[in-house]
Order: sequence, then C-alpha cells, then structure tokens
Amino acid sequence: MHRSDRWAAVLGLIPWLLVVAPLTMMLAALWQQGQGVLSLAFLLEDPSRAGRAGGIASLLLSTGWILAVCLAVAVPVGLGCALFLSEEVRPGSATDRRLGFALDLLAATPSVVFGLFGYQFFAITLGLGFSILSGGLALSLMVLPLMIRSAEQALRGVPLSYRRAAEALAVSRWGWVRRVLLPNAASGIAVGVILSVGRALAETAVLLFTAGYVLRRPDSVFDSGRALSVHIYDMAMNVPGGTERAAATALVLVALLVLINLLIRRLVRRPFSGVVR
Amino acid sequence: MNILPEAAASPPSLTLEGVSVRYGERVAIQGANLSVASGELMALVGPSGCGKTSLLSAINRMADGLPGCRVSGSVHLDHQDAGALDRASLRRQVGMVFQQPNPFPLSVIDNLRFPLSEHGVPRRQRDALAERALRDVGLWDEVKDRLAQSALSLSGGQQQRLCIARTLVLAPRVLLLDEPCSALDPVSSRVVEELIGSLKGRYTLLMVTHNLAQARRLADTVTVCWVDGECGCVVESNTCEQVFQAPAHPITAAYCGGEVG
Amino acid sequence: MTITLFLPSADRGLRWLLRLSALLSAASLGGIVLVLLWRTGPFLWSQGGAVFASGWHPGAGEYGMAAMIAGSLLVSLLALAMAAPVAVTLAAWLRYYAPAALRRPTLILVELMAGIPSVVYGLWGLLVLVPWINRWAPPGASWLAGSLVLALMILPLALLVTDTALRQLPPTWSRAGEALALSRFGVLRRVLLPGAAPSILSGVVLQFGRALGETMAVLMVCGNVVQWPHSVFDPVRTLTANIALEMAYATGEHRVALFVSGLMLISVTAVLLTLAWRLRGHQHAPQ
Repeated sequence: MHRSDRWAAVLGLIPWLLVVAPLTMMLAALWQQGQGVLSLAFLLEDPSRAGRAGGIASLLLSTGWILAVCLAVAVPVGLGCALFLSEEVRPGSATDRRLGFALDLLAATPSVVFGLFGYQFFAITLGLGFSILSGGLALSLMVLPLMIRSAEQALRGVPLSYRRAAEALAVSRWGWVRRVLLPNAASGIAVGVILSVGRALAETAVLLFTAGYVLRRPDSVFDSGRALSVHIYDMAMNVPGGTERAAATALVLVALLVLINLLIRRLVRRPFSGVVR
Repeated sequence: MNILPEAAASPPSLTLEGVSVRYGERVAIQGANLSVASGELMALVGPSGCGKTSLLSAINRMADGLPGCRVSGSVHLDHQDAGALDRASLRRQVGMVFQQPNPFPLSVIDNLRFPLSEHGVPRRQRDALAERALRDVGLWDEVKDRLAQSALSLSGGQQQRLCIARTLVLAPRVLLLDEPCSALDPVSSRVVEELIGSLKGRYTLLMVTHNLAQARRLADTVTVCWVDGECGCVVESNTCEQVFQAPAHPITAAYCGGEVG
Repeated sequence: MTITLFLPSADRGLRWLLRLSALLSAASLGGIVLVLLWRTGPFLWSQGGAVFASGWHPGAGEYGMAAMIAGSLLVSLLALAMAAPVAVTLAAWLRYYAPAALRRPTLILVELMAGIPSVVYGLWGLLVLVPWINRWAPPGASWLAGSLVLALMILPLALLVTDTALRQLPPTWSRAGEALALSRFGVLRRVLLPGAAPSILSGVVLQFGRALGETMAVLMVCGNVVQWPHSVFDPVRTLTANIALEMAYATGEHRVALFVSGLMLISVTAVLLTLAWRLRGHQHAPQ
C-alpha cells in the first residue's frame, strides 16, 4: 500500500469521530434528561400546568390532525403534478427546467417564510386564524416539492418497455395510468408519502404562526393545536422547569422519525454500492 | 530503485498454470493454462462469457478488488512467481489497456505526468519520459501543440493511444490488452493495431479479441476459450498457423470457421 | 394485459386535472412571493433602504436590519467552514478507505442525523453546548454556539451529496488508477474529487442556503441580542430568529418590516439556488 494511502486510512478516523461523537452525545444527553419522564402514561395523558406536568396525548392528536390535513392536500396535488411531469413533460425541456426550479426554490425556502405566508394568507386572508387547518395547509406547501420529486422518480422509473407496449396496443391514457403506471410505481410513491411525513413532523417555525400554541385537545380542524415540535420549543425556551419534558418529547419525536426511516428502508431496500478497493 | 530501466532487457515470458477465477459461487474460468514466450503476442479468443477478461484481471490482480472473487493457480513471469510480488510492483511490470479508452479528465501531458509523479519519478525527468511514451505510440506529432488541452478533447483513437502511452510510460514489460480496438472506428482501429504490432519484441503481449481476422494479423500464438457448461475453459493453445489451419480441437475448428460463437 | 377502451373524455379530463395540479404547485411559489411583495410593497417604496441601517428599534420606527443580516451570514459561514471540509473528507474516506463494516452503519447514522428536527438540535445546544461554552466564555449563548449546532445540521446532507457525487463518477477512472498502481489518495486528489467538485459544490451551496434559512436551532442558542459581534462568543440575532421572536407581538409597520426580512430571505435563497443549478449544469438536485 502506498504510504499516502496508509496515512489517509488512519487520519480518516478523525472526521468520523467528529461526526459520530457529537451525535451520540446528543442522544445520550436527551436520554439522560428525558427518560425519567418517559412512560406509557406520558404518551396517554394530556399536558397540565402549562406543560410542566402530565404527558403529550393532546399533542399527539394535534400533530396527527395537522399531518392529516397536510397529506390530504400534498398527496393528491403532488401526485397529480408528478404524473403531469412524467406523462406530459420531456426531461430537459424548458417546462421541465422551469417547473423544476420552482419546485427546488419551494423546497429551499426557509420555514419562517412559509410561516409568514401561511399567517398572512391562511390565517388572515382566508380567515382560518390559528388553526390546524392553517398549519396543515402551510405545511402541505412545504412538503409538496418532496412529494412531487419522489413520486416523479418512481413514475419515471417504470420501465419504458411497458409504455411502448401500451402505446402499441392503443391503450387510453387513463387506462395506462390506472392499470400499469400507478401500481408499478406504488412503492416509490409510498416512500414519497412517508418522506413527506418525516419532513412535516420535523417542522416547527411554520407552525408557530399558523397552527398556534394551544395545549388542549382540538375539537376540530378549525381549532388551534400544538404540534410535538412546537411543544419542544415552548418547553425548552418559555417554560421554566420544562426541559425534562422537552427532552422526553424530543425522544418521542426522534423515535417516530427513526421508525419512519426504517419503514422507508423496508420499502426501498436500497443497496449500498460496494466499496472501491 | 530504478523502476524505469533504460536498456531493454528482453521481456519476460508469461506463464499461467491452472488459473481459475470464481466470483462467489460462479466460476468464470477454470483451469486455464497458457504460455506466452518472450516478446510474442498471444491472442485470447472465444465467445462472450468464457472468462477471457476475468483471466486478464487475474494476471495483474485487478480481480482482487471485486467482492467474493477468488483466484487460484499460478502466474509466472519468466521464473518468478507473480504471486510473490506486491501489487504495486506487479502492476508496474504488467500494464493493462482497457476496451473503452479511459484517459483521466486531465490535460494530455498531465495524464502522463500523474502516474510518473505517483511512482516517485523526479520532476525533471517526467516530461522527457512522457514525450518518449507519446512518440512510442505515434501521438507526439499529433498532440505536441495540444499538451495542455484536456485529454477528453482527443478523438477516440487518439485517446486509446494516449491510454497505451500512459501504460508504457511506467516501462512495463508485459502488456495485457482487453479488446483494445473494439470501441474504435475502423480507421482508428487500424492505427492502434499497427501500434500494437510494433510493440512486439519489446514487450510480451496478451490480447483479448473478438476479431479473428485481427488475431490472424497480429498474433504469434492463439489461445481459444470456450464455455463448457457454466464456466469457461481453455480449449486449445497453439501457434497462429496451427490454430487456424490445422486445429486440434473440434471446437476450435468450428469457432474459427465461423460456424459457432 | 387487458386492453382498455379508448375514452377520449376521461383522458381529456385526466389531462386537465394533471395540468391543474402542476399549475397549483408552481402557483404556490408565485403566491408566496406575491403575498410578500403585496405586504411589503408600500414600505419598501417609502423607506426600503432603511433596512440596511444598523439600528433595530421597532418601537421608535427604526428598522435597521444590518446587524441581523450580519448575524445570519456570520453564523452560517462559520458553520459552513466547519461542516463542509469534514463532510467531504468523511464521505471520501467512507467510500474509499473505511472497512465495509463501518461504512454501512455510519451512513445509516448520517441519514438519521439528516432527519432529526432542528428543534432537537437546538434543545441539545441549549442543554449542553451553551452551558459548556458558558464555562469558558459567558454567556454561552453565542455566535459560536449557533454555528456549531448549524454545522451539525448541515453536515449530514453535505456528506450524502458528496457520496452521491463520488458514486456517479465513471468507475473506469478508479480502475485505470488501479491498473497503473497509483495510490488511491493520489487518484482522489487529482482525478476523483475534482471530477465530482461541481456536484459537491452545488450541494454545499444549497446547504449554506439552508443554514441561512434555519430558525429554531439558532433561536435557541444564539442569545438573540441584536448587535454586531466582536468575537465568536458574543450573542447575535439572525434574521430568521427575529421573525420568530417578534411576529407574535409585532403590529403595523413593525410587522411589515418582518415581512421585508422574509422577502430578503427568499431572495437570497433564489440567488443561491441559481448558483447551485449553474454548478450542476441546470439539473435539479438528486433527492
């Protein structure tokens, strides 16, 4: 082995440590702070005393509702747009590039800006106020690019040979989409949905101005509701003595996200490319 | 250590005994025996899938990197066991030219300077050695005004000759060529063929080719491979004349007569 | 495969539905920009330049955001300087040197890291990092804390982008290097990394954009004092944190000023995205 390669092989452990150590320390610190509070009761009880006691049941409910609204908009619109891209638009054409840029910009726009927009448009102009509906709608805009890209990838991944066969048999567009394209791309689209859920769960800033802060169980989508991520922020920054519950909530959230990641892996079973030796 | 001998000691003979290459469960080629005499060119012919490329990769231990790959048997350069050499030394003596021209995305001259610098050749000598290699492949006149341009701006045939120059610049003594002309147009192909022919005598060459006519033109000896069941094997290995005119094995006769494969 | 009858009406309906979806998606972006412009228009017209002044005193009608713009830039740049080299070298090391047993778990860990919400990073920063820095240099909540947390946040994606870029290089370059018995380090340095550089740079630029747009984590660890920092240990306030903090009680012109900062943020994002696209040759980034 070349001497330079030997050095490189060993020195590479330094960046590795720089990455792995903080991450494990972070998870350990959160566990240390939050594990005393974690229990089944934590998940099933509502918060009390402004969150200083009790659990997070109502928050789980709110989060679930917000997710539901978000997906109810993002999945159909996203799938429709992805279908548009895969059926009507040639890759590399002007439309493809323009739409692609718009979607990328939407994906890169900071969360606060969505918060501002959501507040102005959904809460005020549409009169929805601080509500799960406002929050879900604003969130749906944020996950839309992700949903579209994943679904588009899945759709474009369906083998060309199927398409040719359908063309040769003069199958209608709707028939092709319904009977061949969608079933074949289904797992990839499911991955897109799951990725969107992951992204949505992690968002905070946008919900601060749209879904609000209210702790109790929402009665409908027009009620305000607090999402898990917002709760972590509030407990950590605004409520003295709330750090333990913040950490516990963070652990619950991270656990949910890990589950989601595992689910995606199951569906995709992405092979890791081999190491070049 | 002088890795670039000036005087041309005669190149070593290349002998393979019982070489088998497997990838996990699958056997690519089994029990290959062949011997290339010093300075000769042997053509390795046979249909796709009979393990010719695997055999080449086994000689300069390129196959080692692939997962699940195991090579058995022995390879000798003259009387020295190639397995006893470390990989770097082996690959300095045994150079390889690939089917698809693959110059580095660097300038023409840097494609040659880079391997030299990696092998510890002092800066002062690099340009002279690079020029010599380019002259050897007949590229010097064509590129001497474009040395700083990207190697990817050359034509396919020029790129392949550059790749050969890049291999020659380290002064190997054995050359392994994996269908060096098959990705080139007929004109470039002929130029590269002539170049390969001119290398005989100074180097010992083992060339995989699908082109029987090319084998007839260039080779001193020919080894015919075949697929036997699931794996490849060597069927016949003899002088060019013998193989094409008086083949000993029926498969050789059929393959070289264009009836099968 | 069954042959479906050709139903022109269903097909036309489908096409229009699809076109509508695409339009809605594109329109969301337009909508956001429009709403921002509509809200901020008059303000920008009358006193647009004032936002680049230094004094942020909304009570007195002064909306100078310079210190906060600086805060955003400084925190993000330091984070980038810390994260990008580590990400690129680690990605290269994982691909070309690390034992396979280490590579897979590390990449899985990194993917997990990429999905962890910013509040969680912020929480850790608040719980652990800030008190730790406080021991050396009070108050702890500072530019440095913000950059460290941000660096951890942008590192995973920068690493994954580099890994993808390296994976998409022609494998013959490595093989040619091997056949010539060149050191892997040499080939990496002179051929592979330069070859992947445009994609890597593009990804890094995008992560810088993300750092600029980050709100929660910096809100929780930066101290939120509106000032030009004199050292990395000074507290700063970023544009994003400002919006999150003050939106709750801002009214009238104050609120409009916050919208202006939102407009600033999306404009900078657009510029960075254009740069990233140029670097990748006008293709969208891989997911």
